[in-house]
Amino acid sequence: MLLQYRVSAIAGIFTQFFFGFVRIMVFWSFYSNINTAQPISLSQTVTYIWITQALFRLLPWDGDSEVQEIIRTGNLAYELVRPLDLYSLWLFRALAQRLAPTFLRSIPLILVAILLPSGYSIGLPSLTAFIAFIPTLALAFVLSATITVLMNIFTLWTISGDGINRTIPALVLIFSGSLVPIPLLPDWMQIILKYMPFPGLLDTPVRFYTENLSINELPSYLAIQLFWIFILILLGRLLLRIKLRSIVVQGG
Amino acid sequence: MSQILVRDITKTFKISKRREGLLNALLGVFRREYSIIKALDNISFEIEEGELVGYIGPNGAGKSTTIKILSGILVPDSGYCKVLERIPWEDRINHVRNIGVVFGQRTQLWWDLPVIESFELLKDIYKIREKEYKKTFEELVEVLNIKDFLDVPVRQLSLGQRMRCELAVSLIHSPSILFLDEPTIGLDAVSKLAIREFIKRINLERGTTIVLTTHDMDDIETLCSRIIVIGNGKILYDGTIEGLREKVSRDRILIIDIEDGKDFNIWLDGIKNISNENSRWYVTFDPQKISPSKLIFKITNIYNVKDLFVENPPIEEIIAKFYLEQKI
Repeated sequence: MLLQYRVSAIAGIFTQFFFGFVRIMVFWSFYSNINTAQPISLSQTVTYIWITQALFRLLPWDGDSEVQEIIRTGNLAYELVRPLDLYSLWLFRALAQRLAPTFLRSIPLILVAILLPSGYSIGLPSLTAFIAFIPTLALAFVLSATITVLMNIFTLWTISGDGINRTIPALVLIFSGSLVPIPLLPDWMQIILKYMPFPGLLDTPVRFYTENLSINELPSYLAIQLFWIFILILLGRLLLRIKLRSIVVQGG
Repeated sequence: MSQILVRDITKTFKISKRREGLLNALLGVFRREYSIIKALDNISFEIEEGELVGYIGPNGAGKSTTIKILSGILVPDSGYCKVLERIPWEDRINHVRNIGVVFGQRTQLWWDLPVIESFELLKDIYKIREKEYKKTFEELVEVLNIKDFLDVPVRQLSLGQRMRCELAVSLIHSPSILFLDEPTIGLDAVSKLAIREFIKRINLERGTTIVLTTHDMDDIETLCSRIIVIGNGKILYDGTIEGLREKVSRDRILIIDIEDGKDFNIWLDGIKNISNENSRWYVTFDPQKISPSKLIFKITNIYNVKDLFVENPPIEEIIAKFYLEQKI
């Protein structure tokens, strides 16, 4: 079904590319006009931006729209009539929805970004950096899926899903590093964010890729990602179980 | 023990009340008023394996709520319920393995995919063994005559075609119990007949217990030996159709065609009503006060009768009368 929307995929790649350029130019002018040393260099920022654009579809910008539609119309009845654990079903759906389009769009994007003139191109990681990057990337996908499922679960309470669909992405945008790379945010903010789930979605993998963090620090960052995955799964399962006991399935 | 056991089940819903006007709309953000709807009020019944039961009632009576509770989707407020020796909502995943459900107004097929994909997906979900799956699949495809559009995306099917597919997928995992919630709604006469035939057949051949909710009384008359009538959340009747007829009205109707133009008038004890439609006369009478043969004898002595029929009042009328009497 993914390839049925080829035009959408190509359009997506172009969009991310365009915005990548715009953001790079913003940071170019930023770096050109300041004299103080920055926590990360311009070339690291450029790499950060390209990976952000490539991993755009990884981030939980919305809940599962099909699931939210099912909840709204009452077709949830049929989901509950299947011998499946609903939470696991939604989690794997979310995982698939993040994995497939991300790989589809990121690979062409990265390949082009490698070939750009230096200064605009994405840097290539060393072997150790890449080895550290992979597990954090994998956990980022899982973390994104758990947040997506939570958005689905909140829809059970609000039915329309609109409110939650706008609130969480706003938090994700700022606190994952999608808007401004986290190393460039104020120090006090960075300290708080270190213990929140959002940086694990994007900032953590990127920093290992650019070797802003050395592979020695991998265990502690993986632990934070795993911690949040564990907590969010637990929270999701609990909320779902509570809600299903008192559920009102729409329609007669 | 009965296959389906329902005892004193009660279910209420909270509906938030919204009052008119701008001020009330604003206040509604802070303080919600609720009205409590008692969808089910202490209902009890038992269904044995292999029965084909019609579950009827006016709109809003609680039929769908009951089906949802029996399916394990809704949790009742109080009461006891066991289906196949399990409490449906407590052991949902194991419970739903053994039941099939068709919600008439919704689809359980994957909308954009060819019909056959829905079968294959369900095969994986229910973990049906290949050999069993093939056998059941071929049987269902043949009996429901859906072979021609197995490769057509569901969204392109007509309602009749789609309904046959819904029935097929609901049975692909060979459940012991089938809940049909308005399966013939919106269908044309031919499709309805096909579906009725099919329901009868699987009940007889496979011994599948079937609980059917419907507004179509022909469905009920052709299929169900037993009906349960629910109204305002209460069980009002549980027995045979003949039993309900007797309870509501013993009346029969004698329909006669007499020579054109002649006026028809007869006074006999036991005749309840005489009406005319399209030069046909409808005599409603109580067979306990005057036997059909006596009535016919008396009429044919006076009039030249060209044709006659004796009928029960249509079951719709009986049911409607019953609803009225019960004030639902």
